[in-house]
Amino acid sequence: MNDLTTVVDWSRWQFALTAIYHWLFVPLTLGLSVLVAIMESLYLKTKSEKWLMATKFWMRLFGINFAIGVATGIILEFEFGTNWSNYSWFVGDIFGAPLAIEGILAFFMESTFVAVMFFGWNKVSPRFHLASTWLTAIGASISALWILVANAWMQYPVGMEFDPAQMRNVMDNFWDLFSGIAVNKFFHAVFSGWALAGVFVIGVSCWFLWKKRNQDFALLSIKSAAWFGLAGLLLTMYTGDGSAVEVTKHQPMKLAAMEGLYHGTEGQGFTAFAILNPDKDWNNDEDEYIFEIAIPRMLSILGRHDANAFIPGVTDIIEGRDIINGDTVNTVSYAERIERGKMAQAALRNYDIALEKGDSVAMNVAKADLQKNFQYFGYGYFDDVKEAIPPIGVTFWTFRIMCYLGGYFLLFFVVILILVYRTRLMERATWIQWIAMASVPLMWVCSEAGWAVAEVGRQPWTVQDLLPTKAAISEIPASSVIVTFWLFALVFTVLLVAEVSIMCRQISKESKKNLSSNKA
Amino acid sequence: MIFSFTSIFLLISLLKLTDESLSKYHTMETVKKIWFFYRDGFREMTVGKTLWMIILLKLFIFFVVIKLLFFPNLLSRDYDTDADRADHVRKELTK
Repeated sequence: MNDLTTVVDWSRWQFALTAIYHWLFVPLTLGLSVLVAIMESLYLKTKSEKWLMATKFWMRLFGINFAIGVATGIILEFEFGTNWSNYSWFVGDIFGAPLAIEGILAFFMESTFVAVMFFGWNKVSPRFHLASTWLTAIGASISALWILVANAWMQYPVGMEFDPAQMRNVMDNFWDLFSGIAVNKFFHAVFSGWALAGVFVIGVSCWFLWKKRNQDFALLSIKSAAWFGLAGLLLTMYTGDGSAVEVTKHQPMKLAAMEGLYHGTEGQGFTAFAILNPDKDWNNDEDEYIFEIAIPRMLSILGRHDANAFIPGVTDIIEGRDIINGDTVNTVSYAERIERGKMAQAALRNYDIALEKGDSVAMNVAKADLQKNFQYFGYGYFDDVKEAIPPIGVTFWTFRIMCYLGGYFLLFFVVILILVYRTRLMERATWIQWIAMASVPLMWVCSEAGWAVAEVGRQPWTVQDLLPTKAAISEIPASSVIVTFWLFALVFTVLLVAEVSIMCRQISKESKKNLSSNKA
Repeated sequence: MIFSFTSIFLLISLLKLTDESLSKYHTMETVKKIWFFYRDGFREMTVGKTLWMIILLKLFIFFVVIKLLFFPNLLSRDYDTDADRADHVRKELTK
């Protein structure tokens, strides 16, 4: 293995590790903050002590998660500057502007109102306190918005023009950043946080029921969390459908990888379960699956909202074939993209030579040549079309894990809602209490799997079609990346252990108090 | 913490939402009030003290150990001007 491959692979693993750990904390912050705000609103409306106690209890757990998780995302920005310096420079303002807004909002909005949330009981008016709780929740979601806008731009780069003099993408329309991919991605991520918080609250509350402590409090929490989680999950599914349409339109290769699909058809079925054929390649005649159970026409419905629509597979995309409204359409084949990418890079090289000579005429000619083929710039780094295919197996299976668990949690919320309104049944049914407790980590698996689909499925790109990972990397020694990978693994594991142990201790301690009345 | 303090100060100064006497106070009184708000908040913390220790330790590890020792911004460190940085990236992306 040469050093470049080692650096690229370790840097990717490092980024994945830090992003995965970061995402352990974020969705709970996004969801629990809103649930707590709803509980406090109900307290203010009803003046009922039970809502006040529920608000305070879940707010404390929110605080633990917030404190441990805060600033874990900053590591990703460190990595941009060191491991991915070509990428950081290339994306320019596009990435910088949303991240800067996120930083300011995160610091000012969240840090201000979190302080009022925790220190402000009995010191500010109840309405001001409630406003602070809501503003903390809204601030967390707005912070997520900017990160997800930046991420969506990497998947679907729009609203910019590449300037070879600055070697950066210069934003020419800020509002273009809010593409369909960005909007769906934002709501999909935030609502999935609601579903995750719902499962978390139900799981913890079921532990109360199992221990026979504060059962009224637990049932109240389960009722609110189940409705909240169900709403979050249904909205996650709805925005997931929106994402599927956007991916079909703008990242067809990712969709093909999610399905392990090589040769598409009109009225394409959705693979409910399959064993992928490891010998299958884009240009051989092997079968795609060793075994498959498919839902007829479902992928066409999901991808193009038309039961008869054609969905291209990996081979179709590479060969430049699609069918739109029944007509065969020739898209740009990957071989041509590679050729045009190399032409774009040659033009950039000519621009560089002209710049050094101060030849402005040659610079303009080179710039015009570059712009003609810039949309395929990144393909110029490949020698074989195969390099542009994402890892099919990982994308296929993480997508399925997300879907299976999403379906499971829909059933879970429905069953919990049925049982919780038959109070005695919920208190006695230890099996459902155990299932609820065991479901908590599964919800995180579901959430992380969703991110794996989004990020692995868009490989090999850091910026879709423009910059592959191997060009985005810095010239740094592999050893330093390996050392910091293990350093992060250690630091984040310690943080995770701290979070889980402090939270468990707090839950256990609080469960022994009377959580039905503030006067106890 | 500094951001939070500043924001609270601005917020209270603008909205005057705490109590009826705040409007009579001059700036120093407002600063004192915010100081007491935080001081009392921290004093009354139970699990929060452990969390603050974790936050401070984490920030130290992130910004002092990890950032300074392992994660320099390469382009800022190695090149003085944006033109030099652009030149370097252009050569990297076309080599």
